[in-house]
Amino acid sequence: MAKPVVATTSLAGCFGCHMSLLDIDDRILQLIELVEFDKSPIDDIKQFSRQCDIGLIEGGVCNSENAHVLKAFRKHCNILVSVGECAIMGGLPALRNNIPVGECLAEAYLNSPTTKNANPNKILPNDDDIPMILNRVYPCHEVVKIDYFLPGCPPRADLIWNALVALVTGKEMELPYEVVKFD
Amino acid sequence: MSIDSREVCARYGNDRLRLMDILNDVQAAKGCIPDADIDTIAEAVGESRVDVDQTVSFYHFFSKTPRGKYTVYLNNSTVAQMNGRQAVAEAFEKESGGTFDGVTGDGLIGLYSTACIGMSDQEPAAIINNRVFTSLTPEKVQSIVADMRAAKAVDDMIGDYGDGANRSDLIKAMVHNNIRKKGEVLFGAFESGAALRKCAGMEPGKVLEVIKASNLRGRGGAGFPTGMKWEFCAREAASPKYVFCNADEGEPGTFKDRVILTELPRMMFEGMAVAGYIVGAENGIVYLRAEYRYLEHYLQKVLDDMRAQNLLGANICGKKGFKFDVRIQFGAGAYVCGEESALIESAEGKRGEPRNRPPFPAQKGFLDKPTVVNNVETFCCAAQIVDKGAEWFRSLGSEQSAGTKLLSISGDCAKPGIYEVECGLTVAEMLDMAGATKDAVQAVQIGGPSGTCVAPSDFDKKIGFECYATGGSIIIIGTERNLLSVVHNFMEFFADESCGACVPCRAGTRVMCNMIKKIKDGKGSTGDIAVLLELADVMKKSNKCGLGQTAGNPVATTIRNMRTIYDNVISSDDMYKPGFDLESAVEESCAVVGRTPHFDGE
Repeated sequence: MAKPVVATTSLAGCFGCHMSLLDIDDRILQLIELVEFDKSPIDDIKQFSRQCDIGLIEGGVCNSENAHVLKAFRKHCNILVSVGECAIMGGLPALRNNIPVGECLAEAYLNSPTTKNANPNKILPNDDDIPMILNRVYPCHEVVKIDYFLPGCPPRADLIWNALVALVTGKEMELPYEVVKFD
Repeated sequence: MSIDSREVCARYGNDRLRLMDILNDVQAAKGCIPDADIDTIAEAVGESRVDVDQTVSFYHFFSKTPRGKYTVYLNNSTVAQMNGRQAVAEAFEKESGGTFDGVTGDGLIGLYSTACIGMSDQEPAAIINNRVFTSLTPEKVQSIVADMRAAKAVDDMIGDYGDGANRSDLIKAMVHNNIRKKGEVLFGAFESGAALRKCAGMEPGKVLEVIKASNLRGRGGAGFPTGMKWEFCAREAASPKYVFCNADEGEPGTFKDRVILTELPRMMFEGMAVAGYIVGAENGIVYLRAEYRYLEHYLQKVLDDMRAQNLLGANICGKKGFKFDVRIQFGAGAYVCGEESALIESAEGKRGEPRNRPPFPAQKGFLDKPTVVNNVETFCCAAQIVDKGAEWFRSLGSEQSAGTKLLSISGDCAKPGIYEVECGLTVAEMLDMAGATKDAVQAVQIGGPSGTCVAPSDFDKKIGFECYATGGSIIIIGTERNLLSVVHNFMEFFADESCGACVPCRAGTRVMCNMIKKIKDGKGSTGDIAVLLELADVMKKSNKCGLGQTAGNPVATTIRNMRTIYDNVISSDDMYKPGFDLESAVEESCAVVGRTPHFDGE
């Protein structure tokens, strides 16, 4: 039987959740036995090559490209999992949600210590090739249907591992306290 | 307009407990409470700056920036909207050239939305510089704004005065009482001082027996047995003790306390003195919502008269040692202050944030001393019970709900107003009484937003503690209304009024509000309904005060009782439907950076 196929991506995240996945240490060898990866930063495959069983999403949705990628994941993955605080609730990037976009852009490109003297023409990035910024940062489940949520910032390696194993083996997931506590 | 905050503080003896009064006075005199004044006040009363700052920031009627020479607080409750609030708001914006919520460029007129101001029987209504303007129309707004431009005093803008004491020299308000039905307790025969004279001839314990035997339950909505509460307080050894009258009446749709305060204040004060006699308290405080400030001078005069008649003060009715007096404490616009422990916090000059209970106020309340907190109407009932007896009171109403209840009925009916009814009448009988045709009624909201939305199939059920308990708010919703909009209005109200202490309330009210909006916009799914019900349940179990516990009720009770309003806009096949729309989500940023949005590959 073919191995289950996993895809992963980081949207508006910090890659910390992917780092946490790598924190499974030597179990990474078991992981390779257990699953194959398709589109993912782990193997650097950029485009989906087939229908996948599981998609792991890190990060929320802050720009148009995030939305495109997330929708593509929903289309190509049978099961979609929000991994970590940013995917589930927007996380740190969502701190801008109560500030108008114009003010955020002005702070970043016009008024910050590193840009105020370096941007004499007061240009805000507007090239057609770069993604369009959304009015706020959205949690993934407001954009597409998400099947499971793994909380944490980042979720512990054991939590991601246990969840992944449970999903591919169909066994009940083990959730001891040490795995879901956040401090 | 020049006023020294230091002088205001001195007026209140630099007492930090009087912070609400100090801030109210500064706000009234300056139209705002600037940072510099917060510093001055903090220094004068010996508080840290942040303590004063957080009190200022908590209340709707306090502001750090000027709110205009004339400040209009236009009610935004669902009943106001039913009665044409939208057109009135537009007229205010058009005539003044300003927008809600803000001040006109010349600083003359401030326009602000506010939660229910207790005038649901004469909406749309607004408070302008502490005076109430009722039954507003775009035409009336035109003349009000013209008067503002002519620098007319607000008192001179009021045309006809209302009825009863509203006409008196000390009130002069255009408010109408709209008393539609008088019953035996509140509007029955009452002789001022009769209850106190009876007290003077009895031991406090004996008077308590009378209250207990009457089966009187709290009239604010929760229905806790009054006698039991007073007994708990009486048993406490600590002193001094306090009697608080909760006149915060913030539940949208209720206005019965307004009418009691206008027409029966003596009965209420007398009831407070009875409570003071029973529990051994000498100080009473009426926590009066800022919306009713127009009654201030009138109520002060009533207190003065009662003192002069030996019904308040020392040796009341000649009884040696029977000492009790009352002070009025104004709030500053915060629904949550109707919760008894939040009310006490506010009266201590703090943010109106509910306390953890236990200890209950009867053990540790105001200044951590034993405190009785009861509704305006409860004290009135108590005064009448002591005079006329427990038997008489129990003979009225039903077994679990003895006595009468004041109902504030508003919304889609011919005769909105105050009705004193015996507890236990059915919803259908109530509708009949208020002149509402049953066929034209979609639902009845009993107990305000925090209560229950009742469907026509349940109109044969009773209003009272047996079934639909209410503090008095009854809103009749006609068939032509969009009930989802009503639910959305209620959820906006709760999201605005949450004190923010408990996460399930602070976040839950906002999430629910957004979700109802999503459903209303036709983007709802059956999954949303499941989430809403789950949230309402979590909020009920995990918020510490009544506001947070019941804030999910507008949603939960309509899903349970009026499911069709959701089914009409949600397809049962839709398990999931996103509210997200990429095109509208990028609109703002593209406009800011000056690019044309395009959506390749969508």
